[in-house]
Amino acid sequence: MRAIQMEKTSQLKKFLKDLFSSQRLAVLATQNRRQPYGNLVAFMATDDLKHLLFATTRATRKFANISKNPKVAMVFDNRSNQESDFHQAVAVTATGVVKEVEGPEKECLQKLYLAKHPYLKEFVSSPTCALLKVEVETYFVVNRFQNVVELHIKNESHHSP
Amino acid sequence: MSLIIPLDQIKEEDKEGVGGKAFSLALLSQTGMNVPEALCVKSEAYLQFITCAGLRERILLEINRKNFKEMRWEEIWDASLRIRNLFLHTPVPQEIGLELQSPIAEKFRDKAVVVRSSAPGEDSSQASFAGLHESYVNIRGVEAILEHLRLVWASLWSDAALLYRQELGLEIEKSTMAVLIQEIVNGERSGVAFGKNPNDASQAVIEAVYGLNSGLVDGTVEPDRWILDRQTRKVLSHSPAHREKWVRPSQEGTHLEPLTPDLSGKPPLNDDEIREIFNHVLKSEKHFGAPQDVEWTFRKERLFILQSRPITTISSGSSEDKRPWYLSLRRSFENLKVLRKKIEEELIPAMVEEAERLSHQNCATLSDIQLADEITRRMDIHGRWVAIYWSDFIPFAHGMRLFGQFYNDTVKPEDPYEFMVLLESGKLKSLERNQKLEEMAAMVRKDPSLALSLEKFKTIEDKAFKRKLDEFIQQFGDLSCSVGEQTQCLQGPEGIIKILLKMAAHPPAKKKRRSFHLEDLTSRFLSRFQGKDKHLASELLDLGRASYRLRDDDNIYLGRIEREVVVAIEEGRRRIEKRCQITVEGADPAEVVKALKDSDYIPKRQPSTEPIKLSSELKARQILGQPAGPGIGRGKARVILSPSDIFAFESGEILVCDAIEPNMTFVVPLSSGIVERRGGMLIHGAIIAREYGLPCVTGVPEATSLIQTGDLVTVDGYLGIVIIG
Repeated sequence: MRAIQMEKTSQLKKFLKDLFSSQRLAVLATQNRRQPYGNLVAFMATDDLKHLLFATTRATRKFANISKNPKVAMVFDNRSNQESDFHQAVAVTATGVVKEVEGPEKECLQKLYLAKHPYLKEFVSSPTCALLKVEVETYFVVNRFQNVVELHIKNESHHSP
Repeated sequence: MSLIIPLDQIKEEDKEGVGGKAFSLALLSQTGMNVPEALCVKSEAYLQFITCAGLRERILLEINRKNFKEMRWEEIWDASLRIRNLFLHTPVPQEIGLELQSPIAEKFRDKAVVVRSSAPGEDSSQASFAGLHESYVNIRGVEAILEHLRLVWASLWSDAALLYRQELGLEIEKSTMAVLIQEIVNGERSGVAFGKNPNDASQAVIEAVYGLNSGLVDGTVEPDRWILDRQTRKVLSHSPAHREKWVRPSQEGTHLEPLTPDLSGKPPLNDDEIREIFNHVLKSEKHFGAPQDVEWTFRKERLFILQSRPITTISSGSSEDKRPWYLSLRRSFENLKVLRKKIEEELIPAMVEEAERLSHQNCATLSDIQLADEITRRMDIHGRWVAIYWSDFIPFAHGMRLFGQFYNDTVKPEDPYEFMVLLESGKLKSLERNQKLEEMAAMVRKDPSLALSLEKFKTIEDKAFKRKLDEFIQQFGDLSCSVGEQTQCLQGPEGIIKILLKMAAHPPAKKKRRSFHLEDLTSRFLSRFQGKDKHLASELLDLGRASYRLRDDDNIYLGRIEREVVVAIEEGRRRIEKRCQITVEGADPAEVVKALKDSDYIPKRQPSTEPIKLSSELKARQILGQPAGPGIGRGKARVILSPSDIFAFESGEILVCDAIEPNMTFVVPLSSGIVERRGGMLIHGAIIAREYGLPCVTGVPEATSLIQTGDLVTVDGYLGIVIIG
């Protein structure tokens, strides 16, 4: 599963879906003016891979950063903290623009999010908590240590470096 | 593996999966004793339930919210209540339900059953903890049985079990629970027997009551007691009870009734029956190889053994161990009703009278020696009331919990604290006090010349205002005395005037806007019940409200007595300062007494306690506490480290304190939120915050040292977090 060949978009997408469903936490990168900032967040990816969801309370630093600059990156991986990670582990970086989920869409996406993270029910249901959606522009997938491909999910084509 | 097994099919290899209680009953039944018919839901069912229903991580999140060692008993109760609500709201997944339903339906049909825990290790010979987990009596029908199965599972995380988690080996990752579903044997006479008297190893003890055992176990029905000689099996003594009440089965559970006159004159057991019970106890002891604690009942002259477990007592070791005391706070409804009468009819009037009497004694006219004696006398009086506060007022707080549990079981709300809304009355003493303050502030607001003369501490010429102020001080004191271990007091009305000027500088604090009428809510709640149940619901609600009110009012009443102690000590301090030309602010009262009695003695000053300073490199950004009042508030922090800090409070600030003392509640309406170190949803501070609709987070460890006055703070009362910066 780890060192798969990623020639085909569909294969790549299948891989991403599997990775996203096997992982619960990802790193979220935001920035405050010129200072980058990173967090671990509990995430969920929509089935079409176009959106990544996470939740945060509004008084946090990450929320303040996002409010000023909605451009974010997220990092996912399947490392096991062993030497073999160097040949086996895969890391995925997603870049995109984040916005708060509101209105009728919220009920549906919140349900999906909680299906993956049922233990966050109280947290997500709090009026002080925001559900956020990253509209992904590009996935950067790194495997076999140095092999990188890009998946431009918005127009659905991919390029090898 | 099957998830459910009849009692008579339990074998040695099932021991682990069925728990101690079920296993010993199975053994007793196999030796020919009468035991109630039963099914055992194995511990595997619990594990499958929490895994399939996604509860595992939610329980773990709740338990790990805070370092367990830092949790007060009230916070443990809260955690346990929230877990219980999770179980109450999570149906048994279909695949598990299907496996349990048909054996239960087949065995019991519509017969009433008891659903009780049989946790592995619960009754082992090393540890026997009666009453840590729940039992539910008189449950009928598969659906109700499955619901109560979940509640018994939830009691694996009861407050009591969590308190004794180390002794129980309660491992958050691994703990599990089997459950017994037993036919109800509605005995006419029931009791317990100890094969070996814990106080004398040569004796055994049998206790018996009329009716069901629950009255004896929870202490509401006094038992007849027989002491027997283990060797000769003869009765050594009989202590008859005042036989007044008995617990009888009812449609939906049990209820307490007056005992009929023919029974109250007669012991529940005759000599033959005592012997029969004792023989069973010895037989059981032989079988299990250790003296047993046996629960039994007679139904139509036939003896049933309900339970047998090794005798062990919770050895608390030292008096430092407060846990048995905490558990004693879980009072029954009957017990609380009696307590309420005592508090409302005897204790509160006596307390008011005491404060009144003390306030008439003018300390200034006493000689030094007389004053020294008066200080000692007042401290003794205060000490007596503090003892009553702990022995009667604090246990009465359980009335709120009792109502809360009833509400959650019957209404099944999403929010386990929804019941609090029904308790809010707006009639608390400190609210009355704040209302009077606001009336005075309104006078200042309207009259700039009055404000000016107050600012300059001139004589107050406005007679109406002066009268109001004097009346206020008469009724509530001058707000400057602190209650608790400190005995410091600013003299005179300067403190109140400062606060009034601050209040007057802002428009009046907005009252909480209720989105409902309490009457509507009350009638909606009561309309769920019929007949006897309606009466019970209404009685429990009334008890809950009284308990809620007292949580605030008792502080005010105790505060009045405390004030009189402080007044006497202050008089003493003033005299000593004049004589010795030193400041003795904060000197220990015993030192003041000593110096008053001996004019050569110079009192030692108490070392002042500095707040913990944090390193400049390490700063708290977000602290986790308990969500005790919903809402979000943001403002500058005002950290209360000493009683006088409260007078610097500015409108819109966040009140950060160790615990909201009665002399602090008057700033609550000015604040934008409350952060308290002491934890719990039902504590005084949380109650006051709810009354004003303010966001409140309690149980924040080191709140007063991690947060500093002036820090910008966000109080998230929904999630129980405080964000600094």
